[in-house]
Amino acid sequence: MSLHLVLQNLANGLSLGSLYALIAIGYTMVYGILRLINFAHGEIFMLAPYFLFYGVLIFHLPWWTSIIAAIALTAVTGMLSERIAYRPLRDAPRISVLISAIGVSFFLQNLAIVIFTGIPKSVHRPAFFKRLFQFGEIRIQSTLFASVIVSTIFLTLLIYIVYKTKTGLAMRSISTDIETSRLMAVDVDKTISITFAIGSALAAVGGILWGLRFPQLFPLMGMMPGLKAFIAAVVGGIGNIPGAMLGGLLLGMSEILFVAFLPALSGYRDAFIFAILILILLLKPDGILGKNVQEKV
Amino acid sequence: MRKSLFVLTLAILIIAISSVSLAADVVKFGISEPMTGAMAVGGVLCMQGYELAQEQNPTVLGKTVELVLVDNKSDKVESASAVSRLIEKEGVVAVFVGYGSSCAIPGGEVANKAGIPMLSASATNPLVTQGKEYVFRACFIDPFQGEVMARYTFENLGIKKAALLVDIAQDYSVGLANFYKNTFEKLGGEIVSDMKYNTGDQDFSAQLSQIIASGAEALFFPGYFGDVALIAIQGRELGYTGKYLGGDTLHNPVLIELAGEAAEGLIASTFFAEDAPVIPESEKFVKLFKEKYNETPNAVSILTYDSYNLMLDAIERAGSFDPVAIKDALAATKDFPGAGGSITINENHDAVKPAILVKVVNGNFAYETTVNP
Repeated sequence: MSLHLVLQNLANGLSLGSLYALIAIGYTMVYGILRLINFAHGEIFMLAPYFLFYGVLIFHLPWWTSIIAAIALTAVTGMLSERIAYRPLRDAPRISVLISAIGVSFFLQNLAIVIFTGIPKSVHRPAFFKRLFQFGEIRIQSTLFASVIVSTIFLTLLIYIVYKTKTGLAMRSISTDIETSRLMAVDVDKTISITFAIGSALAAVGGILWGLRFPQLFPLMGMMPGLKAFIAAVVGGIGNIPGAMLGGLLLGMSEILFVAFLPALSGYRDAFIFAILILILLLKPDGILGKNVQEKV
Repeated sequence: MRKSLFVLTLAILIIAISSVSLAADVVKFGISEPMTGAMAVGGVLCMQGYELAQEQNPTVLGKTVELVLVDNKSDKVESASAVSRLIEKEGVVAVFVGYGSSCAIPGGEVANKAGIPMLSASATNPLVTQGKEYVFRACFIDPFQGEVMARYTFENLGIKKAALLVDIAQDYSVGLANFYKNTFEKLGGEIVSDMKYNTGDQDFSAQLSQIIASGAEALFFPGYFGDVALIAIQGRELGYTGKYLGGDTLHNPVLIELAGEAAEGLIASTFFAEDAPVIPESEKFVKLFKEKYNETPNAVSILTYDSYNLMLDAIERAGSFDPVAIKDALAATKDFPGAGGSITINENHDAVKPAILVKVVNGNFAYETTVNP
């Protein structure tokens, strides 16, 4: 394999991995605070580019306004799903909430099929996102730079919120012990709502960048990226924000390199990725950057 | 009180009798199509053809035809259970699984075992009809289609190096790519890269980088048009400058809408092109279709339209609704005047028809050439 091809594939891997990383952050954040694997994350992710699409197409909003509106709407959807499907189960066993999350996922998927139809829609990309950067023979999509910049901004913002604000303090206390936090006059419901809003907004940003990189919308588009981001979060150590980023990049990279070095097996790349998940769970259940936390009795 | 009870009983009796006599005047055609899932667009196109045909010719042997649709959700397993539900619960006299070889193969197994005639409009994989007494199709098969495309690439385009990008989750894609490869290599061409993916994949950068590096001048990608649109876009982004070629699934206006400029120059083999030299039947179809749906007709609708009419014709020739008689009549079909070209059923239960090649020019499919069997 020529050097040029290796470099091109590294760029491809980085480009895909940075998108996984962005989605994985939202996944891991909700888990870190609530100990809930929000399986509907992929569907929330799918809704954002649709909102953007309809904002531009039907309401003729300019791009930037439409992006902001789409993120806001997605955040609201995330909060609503929490209010309707998770809050009533706050004191139920964790498995019930998990099942409820799967239910929300299917519900949103099928709702999207009914509303948006199963026919894929094309995304009209602004000129910047169609641009390619060429370094010698290596070609890199502009979405890679956008996703790296956006990820950095959001990561900084997230760390600021979680570690420097009062809401962040509330989030961290809830992640340790909900009951005690409530006794300490922490508004649990409000804090969890905010957590979902932020997590969904992150999914929205990921979804929009994904739509700009792979310009096609269909109701099931969130399923695989959602699962992959979940794997990325687990590989990095679920609940750990830098871990999710690292996991996303590793996952994107290994997917591309798997195809690049084993072209004959290129159809089995998802199987390979899920095998990695199983291996990580067997060898290092807490992920690469995960802490080994003992369950409290 | 007593009187009203009497009236009520009478009313129920009348309704019951009339519904019985109504049921006796109705004959059911079972349809299993992907109305949701990855191939949902195909299912919608199929229904347009069936419904138009049923509107035009609503009766057979004095009975009204009723179309019973069951969604197979683009899924192999669902397709098998959809067909058995149509046969066992609805009591249909004929089954149609028009779209997708991966749905028509399991559907055909069930219909064949139950001994109910099945007709597939556009499923092109050889396995659909192979060894099945009761299963027929109204289109040509992939070995023919693959051969036509390989010959076109090698002889008309003068290309010696081609690459394949195959959807391993679709029987259609795997089969067609194989037939293309066989003919292309027999002609003296070389398949320089043979890459795979799965339906619904969105990132193809690794496969495409490989294909570009292999120096391929043509890329043959028979797959679902949604995936192909993404491949076409990403290929051009990564610097692929060669030709794009594919099979009948790509002859779909949505592909051009999704891929935009990247679809320019793409060539696909198909069953029908609006601007191809016309026969009276297709002219009539185009007119009716535009009146009813107000859009340009497509290859899939014309085939489902034809398959409905072919089934009607076979039942009339059989003179009864006996499945064995219908089956024999279908097998004996010769020069049936279909809107998508005349249909003769051969000994393998496949239709013998010419292939039509279309090319994307200025955002529209334009007729390129006709290849006779």
